[in-house]
Amino acid sequence: MKIIKVGASITASNDRDADAIRAKMKEKKTLLINLMSSPGSGKTTFLSRLIKDMKDLKIGVMEADIESAVDAERIEALGAKAIQVHTSGMCHMDAGMTGKALDALDDGEHLDLIFLENVGNLICPAEYDTGAGLNIMILSVPEGHDKPLKYPLMFLKSDALIISKIDALPYFTFDLDACRKYTDDLNPGMPVFPLSAKAGDGMAEFEEWLRGKLADWTSETE
Amino acid sequence: MHEMGIVLHMVKTLNETAKENDLKRIARVTLEVGEVSGIMTDLFEDCFDYFKAKHPIISDCKLVLKTIPAVTWCNSCEKTYETVRYGRTCPYCGSGETWLLTGNECVIKEIEAE
Repeated sequence: MKIIKVGASITASNDRDADAIRAKMKEKKTLLINLMSSPGSGKTTFLSRLIKDMKDLKIGVMEADIESAVDAERIEALGAKAIQVHTSGMCHMDAGMTGKALDALDDGEHLDLIFLENVGNLICPAEYDTGAGLNIMILSVPEGHDKPLKYPLMFLKSDALIISKIDALPYFTFDLDACRKYTDDLNPGMPVFPLSAKAGDGMAEFEEWLRGKLADWTSETE
Repeated sequence: MHEMGIVLHMVKTLNETAKENDLKRIARVTLEVGEVSGIMTDLFEDCFDYFKAKHPIISDCKLVLKTIPAVTWCNSCEKTYETVRYGRTCPYCGSGETWLLTGNECVIKEIEAE
């Protein structure tokens, strides 16, 4: 009997796969974005708006859900490339699943941005590195401003926070300043973009930021 | 289920380690699990049993889970305190400028094998 010191994180194999995806995307000059949120926060509505606004960019979308293809159908109707990924009951996407989805999406045409619309869930997706170059979280106004206190990990792991459905602010007791403060305590300096994908308010600020990130991604060398 | 995904990755790492070290059978695996890592150890063991039946290399493997206490550091008064008891706010000075030092681990410490 021999003892082997491993000392590896349980998700070590996932982390390796994720790094390999990032290197590959860098080489292809494609920015992979992991979009995380609760179910019903407006991820698909937000992406629909973004695709319409940023027509000069080639955008691909991978819709991860436990069941159905309704989201991918919505995105395809806008002319973007979309695939539906079924997670077979799994509550998150990991790097292995993301790698397979990327292969399925790839038909040889260059894409500037690929969005991975992760499973709607504020907990598990934050624990798995998908290989994305950017992690973006959406929190919608009806969910409440206290979510950074209840689900801190996702706010810690994200590179930007979108507060969606701000057109509904008059009907809810969502405190934007308090939400900003809770978020800043967890992840100092993380940009916060309050917006309404339905009305269009705030989209321009986010899109400008995203263009900057894409320029950084495609110009940096490893 | 959350634990299922974690165990799936652990089994993958175990299989890789076995291959690298030319191991035939893993008798025991020791894990360090942080107090606030979000892993429910009972569920974790049930999931591991499910995978044991599918992977001959771990069919008799014993799972040893070691809990790592959660400790938070306060950047204002430079003291440490128990995370589970006091949360994010320092009990000594009331500051919210605190960081988790330990307690979020999920590490395969060692394996015992033939």
